[in-house]
Amino acid sequence: MGESNNSFLELVGITKKFGDFTAVSEIDLAIKEGEFFTLVGPSGSGKTTMIRMLVGMDQPTSGDMRLNGELLNGVPANKRPTCMVFQSLALFPHKSVGENIEFSLKIAGMDPALRRTRANELLQQLRLPLDYYSKGVNQCSGGERQRIALARALAFDPKILFFDEPLSALDYRLRKTLEKELKDIHRETGKTFVYITHSLEEAMVMSDRIGIMRDGRIVQVGTPNEIYNHPRDKFVAQFMGEVNTIDVDDAGRNKVRSKADGAVYAVHKKPDGFKAGHLIIRPEIMKIGSVAAKLPNKLQGVVFNDYALGSRVQYQVRAAGGVHWLVERLQDEPFDGKLNDTVYLGWRPEDSILVKD
Amino acid sequence: MSKLADWLKTPGVLAAAPASVFLLVGFAGPLLMVLGYSFMPPRTFALNNVPTLENYYSVFSDSYYISFLWSLFLAALTVILLFPICYPIAYGMAKLFGKWANLVTALIAVPLLISENIRLFGWVLVLLKNGILDGTLQSVLGISASGFLYTVPSILLGLVYVYLPFMLFPMVIGISMIPDPLKEAAFDLGASRWQVFREIELPLAMPGILIGAILTFILAMGSLAESKILGGQAVVMIADDIESAFTFAQNWPKGSVLSVLLIALSGLIVFVLFRRIDLDQIIGRR
Repeated sequence: MGESNNSFLELVGITKKFGDFTAVSEIDLAIKEGEFFTLVGPSGSGKTTMIRMLVGMDQPTSGDMRLNGELLNGVPANKRPTCMVFQSLALFPHKSVGENIEFSLKIAGMDPALRRTRANELLQQLRLPLDYYSKGVNQCSGGERQRIALARALAFDPKILFFDEPLSALDYRLRKTLEKELKDIHRETGKTFVYITHSLEEAMVMSDRIGIMRDGRIVQVGTPNEIYNHPRDKFVAQFMGEVNTIDVDDAGRNKVRSKADGAVYAVHKKPDGFKAGHLIIRPEIMKIGSVAAKLPNKLQGVVFNDYALGSRVQYQVRAAGGVHWLVERLQDEPFDGKLNDTVYLGWRPEDSILVKD
Repeated sequence: MSKLADWLKTPGVLAAAPASVFLLVGFAGPLLMVLGYSFMPPRTFALNNVPTLENYYSVFSDSYYISFLWSLFLAALTVILLFPICYPIAYGMAKLFGKWANLVTALIAVPLLISENIRLFGWVLVLLKNGILDGTLQSVLGISASGFLYTVPSILLGLVYVYLPFMLFPMVIGISMIPDPLKEAAFDLGASRWQVFREIELPLAMPGILIGAILTFILAMGSLAESKILGGQAVVMIADDIESAFTFAQNWPKGSVLSVLLIALSGLIVFVLFRRIDLDQIIGRR
């Protein structure tokens, strides 16, 4: 462990331009040693460009990158003590599982017997059978290939391990399993992981901290809870998943007015100098039915549809001003409404989030 | 019998029928005739004589092995020289030239539309005493290159020049099949440029390289024009001997024996190469 725990990897003013197009703009970021940091953004947000610069496959147009205080700018990927798990995994098809894992050790000139020992350790650590050593990589399943790619990267013993959304091509269940496995591997190895993905859900499960990217900038950095409970703007809030977003403007002390139907709602606190913005309420925090009628903020609407979500049920409720509200309740919470009923929806002021335009 | 009739009516068989008939008549038929003639008595022109091994004896007791060795040597050298010449061009065409790759392809392919002999005569004009090369060198540098035509190197020049596209194009396909992330991953894992080439690029491009090499080797083994036009009397290659046997000597059976031996030798080399190198494994299908 290094002594400068606060900025293991430090980026200052990182910018990347392709001709006139600015893919990444003035990014400042400090990643701590041993943390699991995830950069999340939609496609085109610049996250792939970011990771290619971090790994050394592209060089920034301007700005500085430091690892443990040492300048990384201009150092090519093969001279950096970092390593990446590719989106396509990039396993070598002409080499066996073992040869893939050992690749960096062979390049470093390690003795074949020692290499093999290390490869076997990694096979074990990643819960792969030892006799996979001589198996062809194309004979392995999707999940096994993920583990091989991870083992190959770990064999390199990188100071930082980068991930370019390697799980994106997998089916949902396998992805969920591997997300947890990856977090376990992170704990086991204690290494610094920097992960990029377009799925905030994936980031929430694994990360210590998350950076949200949009249009080449990082718009918010925080722990999963901070991002979830205090999204900085509408973009971050909606990126989190399904939320109710109401366009509102100022209606006096601790009050906002919906632009859709003129209804006035109480809020807990307002950002300084608030004129207009968005009121964000999560479906799972809203109440439906008679319990909602007793809450400070309430409205009426017609139940249009219901969706089973396993432990919860989600309702689409259509209200005045053409607003389609999403509300969820737990399966065992009482609710006597049915489709086409007019019901109450409600929430407490402190459960909503108000962001500026 | 109805099973056979059914099989004959399957779409695959029907679709393959025209090509099969053509190959039988145009490829297998002549080959079998050559094989048949090789067992006929010397200087006969019919296939209904009593078979004999006489021609094989006479060929093996003669000095034809020298022509075989020259052909083998020149064909092998052609392949070896073409590898370093073609690899950079192929790499450029597959990965670097972008839209210019089509232009390069056209520039390399267009000469194929002109008869090989005419192109080789063009080289004669270049290499001839007082020709383009010699004359230029004499007037500019005051040195003479008059001795180059009708030598082994000039034959080699002709072979390399004529067979370059046959090595190049399969190689382009071989190299373009390598996904870039594989090279980036190797590089990221600490490999130098040379190690990326040795460990990733070369093995993965090998199917294309091998197909190009085998194509070039077989064509060069059977080449005739290069040694006659650019080599003069310098070397007699085996195709030269075959032509003489069929034409001047009017000894079809002897020409057939030489042909059979050439086919057998080329076939053996290709067979051994394909046996030793498992293409499926190289490109990871196994």
